[in-house]
Amino acid sequence: MAGIFAFAESRDGELRKSAYEVVTAARKLADAMGTEVHAVALGSNGAGAAVGELARYGADKIFVGECDAFEKYSPEGFTLVIATFIKEHGCDAAVFPATVLGKDLAPRVAARLGVDYLSDATALEAEGGSVSITRPRYAGKVFAKSTVTDKPAVVSIRPNVFQPVENAKAGEVESLNVEMGNADFGAVVKEIMAAASEKLDVSEAPIVISGGRGLQSPDNFKLLEELADAFGGKAAVGASRAVVDAGWRPHGDQVGQTGKTVAPTLYIAVGISGAIQHLAGMRTSRFIVAINKDPEAPIFKVADYGIVGDLFQILPRMTEEVRKMMG
Amino acid sequence: MKSIVCVKRVPDTEARIRIAGDGGSIDPSGVKFVLNPYDEFAVEAALKHREGAGQGEVTVISVGDAASAETLRTALAMGADTAVLLKADRAPEGLAAARALAAEIREREYDLVLFGMKAIDDDLQAVGAMTAEILGIPVATAVTEFSVADGRVTAHREIEGGAEVIELRMPCAITLTKGAYEPRYASLKGIMAAKKKPLEEKPANVEGTGAPAMALSLPPERQAGRIVGQGPDAVPELLRLLRTEAKVI
Ligand SMILES: Cc1cc2nc3c(=O)[nH]c(=O)nc-3n(C[C@H](O)[C@H](O)[C@H](O)COP(=O)(O)OP(=O)(O)OC[C@H]3O[C@@H](n4cnc5c(N)ncnc54)[C@H](O)[C@@H]3O)c2cc1C
Ligand SMILES: Nc1ncnc2c1ncn2[C@@H]1O[C@H](COP(=O)(O)O)[C@@H](O)[C@H]1O
Repeated sequence: MAGIFAFAESRDGELRKSAYEVVTAARKLADAMGTEVHAVALGSNGAGAAVGELARYGADKIFVGECDAFEKYSPEGFTLVIATFIKEHGCDAAVFPATVLGKDLAPRVAARLGVDYLSDATALEAEGGSVSITRPRYAGKVFAKSTVTDKPAVVSIRPNVFQPVENAKAGEVESLNVEMGNADFGAVVKEIMAAASEKLDVSEAPIVISGGRGLQSPDNFKLLEELADAFGGKAAVGASRAVVDAGWRPHGDQVGQTGKTVAPTLYIAVGISGAIQHLAGMRTSRFIVAINKDPEAPIFKVADYGIVGDLFQILPRMTEEVRKMMG
Repeated sequence: MKSIVCVKRVPDTEARIRIAGDGGSIDPSGVKFVLNPYDEFAVEAALKHREGAGQGEVTVISVGDAASAETLRTALAMGADTAVLLKADRAPEGLAAARALAAEIREREYDLVLFGMKAIDDDLQAVGAMTAEILGIPVATAVTEFSVADGRVTAHREIEGGAEVIELRMPCAITLTKGAYEPRYASLKGIMAAKKKPLEEKPANVEGTGAPAMALSLPPERQAGRIVGQGPDAVPELLRLLRTEAKVI
């Protein structure tokens, strides 16, 4: 009984939302394969305090590796600890979040284990003793399903797709020895700068409101920010490439083929035409709303609901109505 | 400084993707292929750093079929100095690509190995980190900008809700995303010059095709939904639908 490895990402001593999604996905696989979920969380001393929560989502065992060197992400330290853990414990599958950190870490671990890796999975299934993985290719223009025979199957899962489901297990907490001593790493995270505001990231937010060239100027993005605020901290503001290239919004906000891929529950495209490269980054959103003055704009072809009209009239009204609704 | 840039030939972002008869690959007919957009950032970064230092050499490497030579020529036309095509029946992915690249890179002298953050065909976002791991060199992924000084690279990358600064010991690898390196267009002169630049071809060191067999399917077409109305008066109805029909707010 080798188990399913689940990487629980944390930052500043708090688990990220992705950690619950990863454990949920791992739990489903473990149930199908008749095995256990072994979650691993790494962080600075004291970081383990929060991990008990993972039991509620199905972790049978929770391994916590704490050391000062892990206060920030240590690419090589994390790789070493996890590859060693997997070699020692063995596992059928290793599940990571397809976050910036997860996508950095998972391929390193896979290469070190000498196995392949698939990113951004939207479905995981047990097939016999193997894991079959469904994931987008060509920016979601097709989906590919393959059965991985490598042990372990190393995979990252797309944020917001595997909604956390409670399924409580024992969740025994054990500590991992991760003392790095004076390990000499070639790549070290020197500094982490928090964005000016404590806003949710577009790749993680359940609601994303994106603006395009129709906004006309960077200042007008405050209309989107006000609407996002009205949703009470659940919404993030994204952007099309046109406005990122114009320098109106930071690169990190760009949604699309050369930006972020997002799959929120609700995506609201405001003053965005819906170019194929933009759609590539948001077409798997659960619900799409388009606001555009041009009834022929291609964005309406993928939108569930649309309003045709001037965004400068529509947005203030919408913010007002949402505020009322949210009480 | 010697830089190596790994580049892949991929379908254009506009390409209409159709599934081939075998159900496991795409039908390439009528598809325009280009230098992977993220690899353009990597080529541009290498050129910028060569220009900044006033010296250095940029080598581009691709693992792929004969047509990948064209992609390498594009990079040469942008300004790379030499190119190597590691020939395979088709471009390998994931670990197989990383192994083929590492086998070639290992035989060369280099300070920096640059990659795109991801190839827009397989969307894997892995080959750079895997190649570095096989070579045993440090790597920073999803970098928007980096500087080089005293045998070290300082790289910036965006993380959820912020940014990170990573310091790397050279030789090292970097994978690039959109940021400070807006790719230049090849000039006519560059295109002419590229024809005379060295492009070495040799068989790639790959076993099999790499990734396991895939069954491809098209995503369910998103049906055009409904236009709820015109102008601000449609807002209450939109919110009502989102709450009661879609149940998302
Ligand atoms: C290799 C490559 C990669 C790319 N990657 C990306 C990517 O990752 N993400 C991305 O977004 N794009 C990407 N693009 C660019 C893409 O092709 C489009 O150019 C871009 O998405 C257009 O941005 P937009 O919709 O904001 O602007 P436009 O296409 O100019 O659309 C503006 C829209 O605003 C509407 N509008 C104007 N005024 C108002 C008003 N007052 N009220 C309501 N509506 C109004 C207009 O009707 C129009 O539909 C890429 C392109 C290439 C070639
Ligand atoms: N067949 C290949 N030949 C050369 N470079 C490649 C190849 N496949 C991937 N790469 C490099 O690795 C990066 C990431 O690719 P991927 O992991 O497939 O998304 C690409 O942007 C290229 O820089």
